[in-house]
Amino acid sequence: MTKSSFSNIQSEYLALIDHNKCVRCKRCIQNCGWGTYSFGGDKILADHSKCVACGRCYTYCPEGAISIVKNPTVLRENANWKEGLIKNIWRQSETGGIVISGMGTTFKYKKYFDHILLDACQVTNPSIDPLREPMELRTYLGKKPSRLDVGLDENGEPVLKSKMPPQIELQTPFVFGAMSYGSISLNAQKAMALAARALGIVMNTGEGGLHDDLVPFGKNIIVQVASGRFGVHRDYLNSGVAVEIKIGQGAKPGIGGHLPGEKIGADISKTRMIPVGTDAISPAPHHDIYSIEDLRQLIYAVKEATDYEKPVSVKVAAVHNIAAIVSGIVRAGADIVYIDGYTGGTGAAPNIIKDHVGIPIELALAQVDERLRDEGIRNEASIIAAGSIRSSADAVKAIALGADAVAIGTAALVVMGCHVCGKCNTGNCSWGITTQRPELVRRLDPEVYGERLYNLISAWSHEIQEVLGAMGVNSIESLRGSRERLRGVELTDAELKALGIKHAGL
Amino acid sequence: MFRIKNKFNAERDISGCGLCGIINAKKIKTNGSDIKKSISVEHDRGNGLGGGFAVYGNYPDYAELYAFHIMYDNLSAKADVEEYIKNNFIIEKEEPIPTFRTSKIYDHPYLHRYFIKPKSDRPDKLFHELGDDDFVVNSVMLINQNYDGAYVFSSGKNMGAFKGVGYPEDIADFYKLEEIEGYMWTAHNRFPTNTPGWWGGAHPFTLLDWSIVHNGEISSYGINKRYLEMYKYNLALKTDTEVITYILDLLIRKHKLPISLALTVLASPFYQKIDKMDGEKRELFTALRQIYGSALLNGPFAIVFGHSNGMVAMNDRIKLRPLVAAAMGDFTYVASEEAAIRAVCPSPDIVWSPKAGEPVIVEFEEKNIHQKGGLLGL
Repeated sequence: MTKSSFSNIQSEYLALIDHNKCVRCKRCIQNCGWGTYSFGGDKILADHSKCVACGRCYTYCPEGAISIVKNPTVLRENANWKEGLIKNIWRQSETGGIVISGMGTTFKYKKYFDHILLDACQVTNPSIDPLREPMELRTYLGKKPSRLDVGLDENGEPVLKSKMPPQIELQTPFVFGAMSYGSISLNAQKAMALAARALGIVMNTGEGGLHDDLVPFGKNIIVQVASGRFGVHRDYLNSGVAVEIKIGQGAKPGIGGHLPGEKIGADISKTRMIPVGTDAISPAPHHDIYSIEDLRQLIYAVKEATDYEKPVSVKVAAVHNIAAIVSGIVRAGADIVYIDGYTGGTGAAPNIIKDHVGIPIELALAQVDERLRDEGIRNEASIIAAGSIRSSADAVKAIALGADAVAIGTAALVVMGCHVCGKCNTGNCSWGITTQRPELVRRLDPEVYGERLYNLISAWSHEIQEVLGAMGVNSIESLRGSRERLRGVELTDAELKALGIKHAGL
Repeated sequence: MFRIKNKFNAERDISGCGLCGIINAKKIKTNGSDIKKSISVEHDRGNGLGGGFAVYGNYPDYAELYAFHIMYDNLSAKADVEEYIKNNFIIEKEEPIPTFRTSKIYDHPYLHRYFIKPKSDRPDKLFHELGDDDFVVNSVMLINQNYDGAYVFSSGKNMGAFKGVGYPEDIADFYKLEEIEGYMWTAHNRFPTNTPGWWGGAHPFTLLDWSIVHNGEISSYGINKRYLEMYKYNLALKTDTEVITYILDLLIRKHKLPISLALTVLASPFYQKIDKMDGEKRELFTALRQIYGSALLNGPFAIVFGHSNGMVAMNDRIKLRPLVAAAMGDFTYVASEEAAIRAVCPSPDIVWSPKAGEPVIVEFEEKNIHQKGGLLGL
């Protein structure tokens, strides 16, 4: 009797093998991180209960003999008592635990990006052809003075009188979102580092410290300081182009993190500066930040430690009062504010938080941008928007709503093979992304996936250039915050007002 | 028929146009017949729904006073605005702006002008210490926004805007410009596509001594507007021209940028060019873009920008609208079409087409023409 027989919870998926095609090469056994497959003497056997539909096995089956199908056995349909709710009750009654999963929420909330349409030129102003004219995407993140301070030199030529605050230069308005070494593998981080360097953008260490192998990529790295302070030391703070203080994360606003001891091997132990095998627990709050004035102290402590040469970013989850919170963060001295919407990803979070806490990035972003403008401080900090940017179209809309740049996390992992199975927390990722098992990590080739990440961001950048050209502008700063180029469809007046855009046709 | 306020429920005004400008660097005055002749050559660039002129040096007797040209669509608006003006300004002289009925301009608002200066003990002094210029700007915005039926055409010293709904040559006759003398003239012929027949929508658009005539549609209008609103500019008119005027006001008057630098904000060089500049210059231009990216005017435009020290004409950064310049002695001419220049100056010393984003800058009483590219390149 298999374990699933003891449980009410039936397998979600069936791993079906066409034994006529199968040549018994056993690659599926080797490739599956979940232990779904075994060899039964003359044929491959599948334990369906272990399958998470991560797609690894059929991708690597040379004979195309595997198909993963949704288990056709049904629970009685009930729009109120949905399948997921019933299964969670069974799970929790069996274990007494909190239901945890990885990636972002799977709930079907309204996706505002999908209800926003872009403008284009017709007749009265010309569109611009990005194949023939320069189309600028370069973006600088950091505090901008409200005015240029110029004097004249001896020849009467204007010169800068005061130095600009430090900026991060991005060749295209994308950054890789924070994903720590521990939550993902070192090879996954290396792939992003290689891509970031080739693209002229940045990746983010997350709160897992900076592995020695990544030190040479410093010019393309933002180092993070989070509530666990893992791997934080003076050299660490100075090893990237900026320092990010992580307050919250879109997938789990208000709660901390927990990297279980079994994932803390020698390498992670060294990078995080904690003993091998101990749980790495990030408290829910920073225990030295219980107020906005405490945040200010940490921002300036970081600035002191980095000699005011690095912009300081503050990452927060989009919650109900986000506009006022970000205003406070900007006034506390942050040079960049990273806002993570509720559909953002995570390595592990309780479903209750992931599925029910926070607000959409589109609304948060629009409100923050408007608030900072009302207060006359929009120039004081750049805004990075995150929380499931799924395409270049999402990026364009986010920028037009007011973001300086967007961060991508899940999309970058999808490049590496992720099928968004949501089991990152288990450490069994067959693609070698969210695992520390050496035999799984080894299969993720940083060079191969670094190049694919490069391809993706290049492709998205070209798409943004197409959109800019159609809109008749040739520089990304003419799109940034230009909500006049957006129109809503199928949105209520309240939603349009929150987004600060007009309905299509108006 | 005519409208004082923008009653069209349109977010913004877009229009195609023709423009021209004439300046004498030695401040020798000419009457309005040349500019009328020049702009009339560009008749087909407009559609009869907006024409106008700005002239500098026309009020020498009141050169130290702010000359307010105000249009009213009813007399009660006039009474209200005059009450405000009386409370806050010393009125040296006021009179109707002379107009002459023509067959073409048969319907027009009431047009009045005031030569005034802010009182030193005006009521708002209780709350803040605004300079005279700032107070005038605030007053203009207040009148335009809060006084229904009133709209300020111009508010500068020793200059004025004469504009309305009609072809520019008819507007010139309406104001009898051949009887007005000035050392700098700009003119505009409008082809509006969504606020037709509105007197306030005609160019030039002015603020203090700034006047702008403009051909184009700013594709970056949305962010330019939001950027200006952060600095408390009230964009009542919803026109591109208004945006340009306020950006120049912000950069030149408030942020004290040299004009040449302010212009590179409007049509900033591409990074591929900036990256090739030497150290300090590269730093300056990079900073300029970092700080003023939201003020970049993206999309097609040709503008002629008049101010108390001279005139500037320029194109957008990839020259999507026509602009031609010519020089003859102390005179510099700019226009959308070379024919408009040759109509009043058949054989200029030099004619050129300014490069994208490179301004033609003419200043009074100094060595004629200071400008980047263009002439120097020839």
